[in-house]
This record gives sequence, structure tokens and C-alpha cells, in this order.
Amino acid sequence: MAGADGDDSLYPIAVLIDELRNEDVQLRLNSIKKLSTIALALGVERTRTELLPFLTDTIYDEDEVLLALAEQLGNFTMLVGGPEYVHCLLPPLESLATVEETVVRDKAVESLRKISHEHSPVDLEVHFEPLVKRLASGDWFTSRTSACGLFSVCYPRVSSTVKAEIRQHFRNLCSDDTPMVRRAAASKLGEFAKVLELEYVKSDIISLFTALASDEQDSVRLLAVEACVSIATLLPQEDLETLVMPTLRQAAEDKSWRVRYMVADKFSELQKAVGPEITKNDLVPAFQNLLKDCEAEVRAAAANKVKEFCENLPEDSRETIIMTHILPCVKELVSDTNQHVKSALASVIMGLSTILGKDNTIEHLLPLFLAQLKDECPEVRLNIISNLDCVNEVIGIRQLSQSLLPAIVELAEDAKWRVRLAIIEYMPLLAGQLGVEFFDEKLNSLCMAWLVDHVYAIREAATCNLTKLVEKFGAEWAQNTIVPKVLGMANDPNYLHRMTTLFCINALSEACGQEITTKHMLPVVLKMSNDQVANVRFNVAKSLQKIGPVLDSNCLQAEVKPVLEKLAADQDIDVKYFAQEAVSVLALA
Amino acid sequence: MSSAATAPPSVDKVDGFSRKSVRKAKQKRAQSSSQFRSQDKPIELVQLPLLKDVSAQEQPELFLKKLQQCCTLFDFMDTLSDLKMKEYKRSTLNELVDYVTVSRGYLTEQTYPEVVKMVSYNIFRTLPPSDSNEFDPEEDEPTLEASWPHLQLVYEFFIRFLESQEFQPSIAKKYIDQKFVLQLLELFDSEDPRERDCLKTVLHRIYGKFLGLRAFIRKQINNIFLGFVYETEHFNGVAELLEILGSIINGFALPLKAEHKQFLVKVLLPLHSARSLSLFHAQLAYCIVQFLEKDPTLTEPVIRGLLKFWPKTCSQKEVMFLGELEEILDVIEPTQFVKIQEPLFKQISRCVSSPHFQVAERALYYWNNEYIMSLIEENSSVILPIMFASLYRISKEHWNPAISALIYNVLKAFMEMNSALFDELAATYKSDRQREKKKEKDREDLWRKLEELELRRGIQNSDGIIPT
Repeated sequence: MAGADGDDSLYPIAVLIDELRNEDVQLRLNSIKKLSTIALALGVERTRTELLPFLTDTIYDEDEVLLALAEQLGNFTMLVGGPEYVHCLLPPLESLATVEETVVRDKAVESLRKISHEHSPVDLEVHFEPLVKRLASGDWFTSRTSACGLFSVCYPRVSSTVKAEIRQHFRNLCSDDTPMVRRAAASKLGEFAKVLELEYVKSDIISLFTALASDEQDSVRLLAVEACVSIATLLPQEDLETLVMPTLRQAAEDKSWRVRYMVADKFSELQKAVGPEITKNDLVPAFQNLLKDCEAEVRAAAANKVKEFCENLPEDSRETIIMTHILPCVKELVSDTNQHVKSALASVIMGLSTILGKDNTIEHLLPLFLAQLKDECPEVRLNIISNLDCVNEVIGIRQLSQSLLPAIVELAEDAKWRVRLAIIEYMPLLAGQLGVEFFDEKLNSLCMAWLVDHVYAIREAATCNLTKLVEKFGAEWAQNTIVPKVLGMANDPNYLHRMTTLFCINALSEACGQEITTKHMLPVVLKMSNDQVANVRFNVAKSLQKIGPVLDSNCLQAEVKPVLEKLAADQDIDVKYFAQEAVSVLALA
Repeated sequence: MSSAATAPPSVDKVDGFSRKSVRKAKQKRAQSSSQFRSQDKPIELVQLPLLKDVSAQEQPELFLKKLQQCCTLFDFMDTLSDLKMKEYKRSTLNELVDYVTVSRGYLTEQTYPEVVKMVSYNIFRTLPPSDSNEFDPEEDEPTLEASWPHLQLVYEFFIRFLESQEFQPSIAKKYIDQKFVLQLLELFDSEDPRERDCLKTVLHRIYGKFLGLRAFIRKQINNIFLGFVYETEHFNGVAELLEILGSIINGFALPLKAEHKQFLVKVLLPLHSARSLSLFHAQLAYCIVQFLEKDPTLTEPVIRGLLKFWPKTCSQKEVMFLGELEEILDVIEPTQFVKIQEPLFKQISRCVSSPHFQVAERALYYWNNEYIMSLIEENSSVILPIMFASLYRISKEHWNPAISALIYNVLKAFMEMNSALFDELAATYKSDRQREKKKEKDREDLWRKLEELELRRGIQNSDGIIPT
């Protein structure tokens, strides 16, 4: 069909367009995803004169197809003939930037931003900027929303008259009467400020910032908080107090918790942007208020920032500020009524010890850690345990081990398997910090108990945990403490436990080395090939395949091969399959 | 065969650690209220005499005083504070409700700002955070507004005030303005269904009495819906707003303004794509059908819109769409039907062959609808070829016997309707399938060739004429 006209070099566009028009969405989608192939087949000229007009005209389609199209067009520059012709891509992308569906529009804007850089300054003014203007004054909110994302890419490369127009358009959109557009403008305010000349930042951006920050809708106000970070970074220190701080103070006390939440969430960035002096005078009290906020969401967001905030305090007054202003609030949060707040705090609180040093940690922080280790909510305890390394560096973990152990044991036996899973994941870390002696004495039995947990995920994690422990403590330790117990389970009446033996062997053989594997593990595996449960037997085959590389070739030929041959003749189809697979992988055939 | 499958399955269900348990634990609270910086000091209100105990001349002034007292807000999250004063405010509000219901001549000009102020102080507030980001209105209990004992009476009072015979919109419009309405609309996001119900009545009254606010209200509802569909996917009061719109649409004058048509196509239809459609589908479908009864020429864009937003993976939603479509077909005009029948029946044919039996069943029920049947019969020469392949294939292989039986009936109906065409389609079924397969193969060939070309071009990296 392609060569129907006798000339294979030119595929008839009709055939290709037929594909793009196919009734089946999936097929249309497939063709759109290969749009670059189609363009390649057509060559640059026909792509420009036939394909692009077709795409521009038939832009009504499923959003999924449009999304793919919007993405493709961002990479089309070479296919239309290079930067010289890149503006040909603007019409279809302009239509895509006005559709309803947000993901499509966003993708179109992303592609437009991308190809904007490929425009020459002249083309930018002749083709690109008029498009931005059209979008910015579109009837329906979608096009105005899209325009917001395009100002900053063309602003730096156009003449000053055009620049003035762009600023005017941006101003208009900041006071648009649909909140969706104001939100879009507010979210691009910081980005736009970055490309503006400082004088316009001071004159234009600040007034827009102030207006958006007191918008009637909190969804707009909170976006202004984000912009605040970029704006504050751009301004010289002496202007911050008058231009930014009044608005920021107001945001930290906003009547909507969403806005206060945003302030809390962006606190570290804000702190860096406004510098040490303002931090000391303004942000410290603001942070205290956020930590005491009436909404748990806000407190949790602030609690998350405690460590970062303290870290970034000016060194000369850091300790005093923490001890007199922050720590009292932190102490209260330890017994907060909301578990998300406590858990957020628990995930960072350990980090304070490095900042405050050994003595303060022992005197002030340790009681808090201990209290959180006994918290009723498992997530809080887990967060403490997962950050033990910070404390270990400062005061050594021994200080905590008395309280640690009951907490670990309790988590290890928690009724929720995800909690058990989480604590298993910290075992290697704990083992490293507590040392082999402590481990053998207190924790080893837990690790073994997990191997027979009734949830598979736990048994699996426990197996993996053993490998990491062996890597830490060495093969000899493994042979004395772990291997006997693991091998003992091979005789367990429960076939799931017998399989755990196999899984452990799979995981451990490499870390334990050839000698232990051949002497201790292999005999057990081979014996299990007579198990009455087929699942065990095919796992024997899988295990043999797995540990084969660790064994020497004599042993493979003499011991492994006969067993696999026997299994390959098993009556169970899965056993056969895996035995045959093992035979071929180990090249024993 | 894997041991994961043999682990006790019940454990997973009991657990649900991730969010569920967090949510459940928090649900003990089940009430919330967001008051930023409420005062710490105990509140003292001077006990005023009852309105009925003072003379008629003194009543207006006392009424105003009571309104002012009711501007005081209490912290209901603290169940122990200010108990006496909370009770006093409650009884005062009760008294005010009775007063505006039965009294005459109380509505002087200066009462309007005071009433609106009292209502604003009480109801306008930042709604508290939802208990969980994944709040699922179908599964979870809503968080109730803690201050409801007072709030309910404030709403009640306001509704009686708006409904009062003495109420004059011309005076009230100075106070019940755009800003007021905007704040009112934001409250529809309240998780408390009792509050949303009151708001519905309030907004309805305002829409009815303030002609100057109507366009504004519609525009703001548009904004809420658009934000809901394209930005947040979260707004608790969609059903209530749609219910109000249902009666608004009912009152639209003919011919419909462009603004209203745009609302239908650009706002109401996209609402079908929301994940939580089931929560407001009945109200939405009602609005859509209202539009079509007003102006049948909208049928085509509406059905095309539904087809565009047709659910791809959610069978439950698909069933809802089929239900709505049937409601539309019930009122469709035969001339409109003809315009849309092809894309429509292509979709129905996909539904009929859905492996989800509820979807297939819902679609097959169309054949029990007499009016739809008559439309199909009139156009059987178009519809039968579209439907035939799916029906024929599925009649042999659907896993659900009930579906097979329904399909059999549908095929029988078609056979009776147009036996000549039916026989012809049955005869060419095989060759048609083969032709389709051939077409598919051709397509694959084409793409393979194109890909080879791309590879070669990649190697050569030249942009001359494509080599053969």
C-alpha cells in the first residue's frame, strides 16, 4: 500500500492520516505516539504543509490522544526543518493550550516552553509573543491559565516595549476574575519575578504579591507564600523589611489554616531567603506560633521543619534560641493529642542532638526520645528508632538501649504486619550500632521468630535481613548462630516453614561461602527433594539453581545432578519445569 | 503456587495499616471546627430579658441587642468551657428564630445589617481540614461540625428571615452582596451534610429573591465546578449545588442563552469525569435532562460529550453512564437520534460485550425499553451492522449465562426486525472478520516499514530523499 503509486520514497499522507483518524482510540493513540515516524516519512516540507495543518484542524479528540500529541510536538523542531521553521509548531500547540483537560494543557505549555528556546529573538517577537498575548486575552479561562506559564520564557529575549506589554498582561491575569487564572498567575509569580529587572520586581511584582497574598480565596493566598521565597531571594536585604515582611507576617497569621500550613511547609526556604537577622526577630516567634497552632495539620508541618529550622539558625545565637524558644514548644509537641504531629516530630527530633551537643542532648533531649519511644502510636516509635544513627554519633546508643529494647520488642510483635516489616528493615542498622554481643543476647531471637511469621512479607523480609546481618557479622557468626536454626526448620511440620529454610539458604549461601554451603546447607536441600509437598520440591529445584554457582563442579555432578534429574521426572508439572530449568542453567544436561 | 498466596489471606484485611487505621483512630473525634485564635478568657454575656416580656416599643432595640450578643463565638472543641453561656446563646437564638417567624413589623432598616452581620460572624469561617486526604464520602463517616448546636439555629434564623413576608430584597441587597454569596458558596465544601442542606435552602432563597445576584451566583458555581474537575477533585457540596442548578435550569427562558449552553458543555459534561461521580450523578443527570427537554438540539453535543468522557476502567461509572444515557434516550427526538446513532451504538456495542456483566446487562436492558426499541427498529439498517459483530461473538463466549440469554433475545429481536439484513450479516460474519484481520496485518506492515525507515534514517542521519 505504501508504494502503491510506484514511488516508495513518499508515503501517501492519506494513509498516515487514516491511521491518525482510526476509529479505535488505542490505534489513534499508537499512531500519535509514532508521530515523529510519520513526519519522518513525509519529510520536513510535507510535515509543515500537510501534517501540521491536519493536526491543527482536527484537534478535537480524546484527552489521552491530545496529551500524546502535545508531548510529541515539543520534540518536533528537527522534523519541521530546524529552528528556522520551529514557529510552524505554534498553531497546534496553541489550540492544545486552550483545551479543558489540565494535563493536556500543562503538557502543551511545557512543549511551548521547550520550543520557545529554539526561536530566534525575531521569531519570538513575530510568532511566539503574539501567541502568548492571544492566550492571555482568551475568552475561556483555560487559555489565560496557560498563558501564565509562558511569560517568563519569552520575557528575557524581547525588546523593552514588548517587555512592558508582557508585564501588563501578567498584571491583568493576577487580578483576573476567575480564581483558576489567579491561582495560575500566583503560582508563576516567583518564576516571573526571577526574569524581571530588579526595578520592576520592586514596582510590579511586590504590588501583585501583596494583592495575591490578600486575595479573597485562600487557595490563591497560599500560592503567594510560595512566591514569597523567590521574591525575597531577589531583593536586597534592606528592602525585605518593608516590601516582603508585612505580607509574610500576615500569612503566618492568616485565618485560613491552609495558608498557615503553607508557611510552615515552606519555612526553611523562607528562613534562608530572608536571612539571619529577620529570622531572629520575626521567624522565631512565628515558628513558635506555628508549633502551637490550633490545627494539627499546621503543627505537623511545622514539627517536620524543627530540625532544619534549628540547623539554619545563625550560629552565634543558635543554642540560646533553641533552648529558650524552640525546645519548650517541642516538649509540648511530644505529648500532642494528634499522632501525625507526634510522628512528624519523631522523624526529625533526633537530628537536634547533633546541633545541641552531648550534654544538652542527655539533659534535655533524651527524656523526650524516651517518652516518644513509649508512645502509644507505633509510627512515632518507629520514627525514633529509624533515626537512631543521629543520636548514636553524639551520645552513643547505649544511653538508650535500656528503653530501646522494650520498644523494639513491642514493635517486633505489633499486630500490624507493616509495623513489623518496618522494624525488620532497621535491624541491620541497629545491629551495627548495638554490636554483636548485645544483638546475640537480645535481638537474635526476634530475628528468628520473624522467619515463622504468618505473613509472607515478614518471612521474606526476615530472610533478607539475615543476609544483611551475615554481611555485617561474618560467615563464622552465621555458622554458629543462624545456620543451625535455619536448617532446623527443614523438619518443621508446616511446609511454609520448610520453604523458609530454602529461601534463607538462597539468600545466605553466597554470603556464607562455599564451605558452609557445601557442608551444611546442601545436604539439607538435597534431602528436602523428597518432601511430600510439591511446592517444597520445586523450591528445592530453584534453590539448587540458585546455590549452584557457589558449589564446585564435582559436587554439582555428583550430588546435585542426580537429584535434579529425579525432580525433572517428578509427577508435578511445576516441579518438572523448575528442575529442567535448573539443569539447563547449571549446564548439567 | 507461590507461598504468598498460601499465607492466611484474612490478615491483610484485618490490618489495612496504611491509612485506614489512622483514619479510624481519628474518627473517634468525628467532630471538628476551625477557629483560629479563639479567646482564652471565659465569655460573659449579660442576660437580657425575653422579647415577649418587654413592650412592643422596646422590642426592636432588644432584638438588635440580642443579635449583637449572638455574634459571640464559642469554642465547641472544648466541651467543658462556657457551658452556661453556650446554653444562653442557644436559647437566645431559639427565641430569635421564633421572633422572626411570628412577629410583624420588626424588620426596620437598621435590622438588616445587624442580621447579616450576626449570620456572617457565625457561619463564615475557615472549614477545618478533612480528617484524611483520602476522605471517601461513600465509605467514611463525615466529620460533623462541632458548633452545630448554635450553627443550626443561626441557619434556621436566617432562612426564616429570608422567607419572612416583610423581607425586602431591595434593602437587603446592600448587605447580602457578591462577597457574602462568595463566602456562602465556599461553605458548601463543609463535610457536614446537615450544614450543606441548610446552605442549599439559603442559596435557593437568595437566588430566588436577588435577581441582581443570579448571574454572579451561576458564575461562581461554574468556578467551583471547574476547580473541582480540573484542579482539586475535591468539593463536598457538588450534589447540593447541582440540585439548586436543576431548578435554576428549569426556569431558564427560551431560546437558551449562549452562556447557558456553554455551561452545559464546558462545565456540566466534564463533571462526568470526576472520580466521585457516584455522589452527585443523580443530580447531574437531572440537570442534563432538564437542558435537553428545554432544547432538543443540544442532544448531539451532550451525547458526544458523554462518549468523550466515557469511563475506560471504572465499570461502576460505566453503569451510571448507561443509566443516564437511557434517561436521555427516553426524551430524545427521532431526528436527533438519527444524528448521533452511529457513535452512540458503537459505544453501546462495546458495553454489550463488556466482560463485566453489570455493564453488559445494563446496556442490554435498553432492549426492554419500548421507546428505544422503536428508535432502533426505525434505524435497524444502520444499527444492526454496528451491533451485530459484538452480539454474535459474545453470544457464544460470554462467561455469564444471564448475559448470554439477554444477548440471545436481542439477536432474536433484530432477526424479527430485519431478517434480510440479519441473514446477510450472519453470512458475511466470517469474511468480515477475515477482512479485519487483513486490515490489521496491513497496518502492522505499514508501521514496520515506517520503523525500518526511521532506523535507516537514524543511521544515515541525512535529510535527503527517503531511500527505497
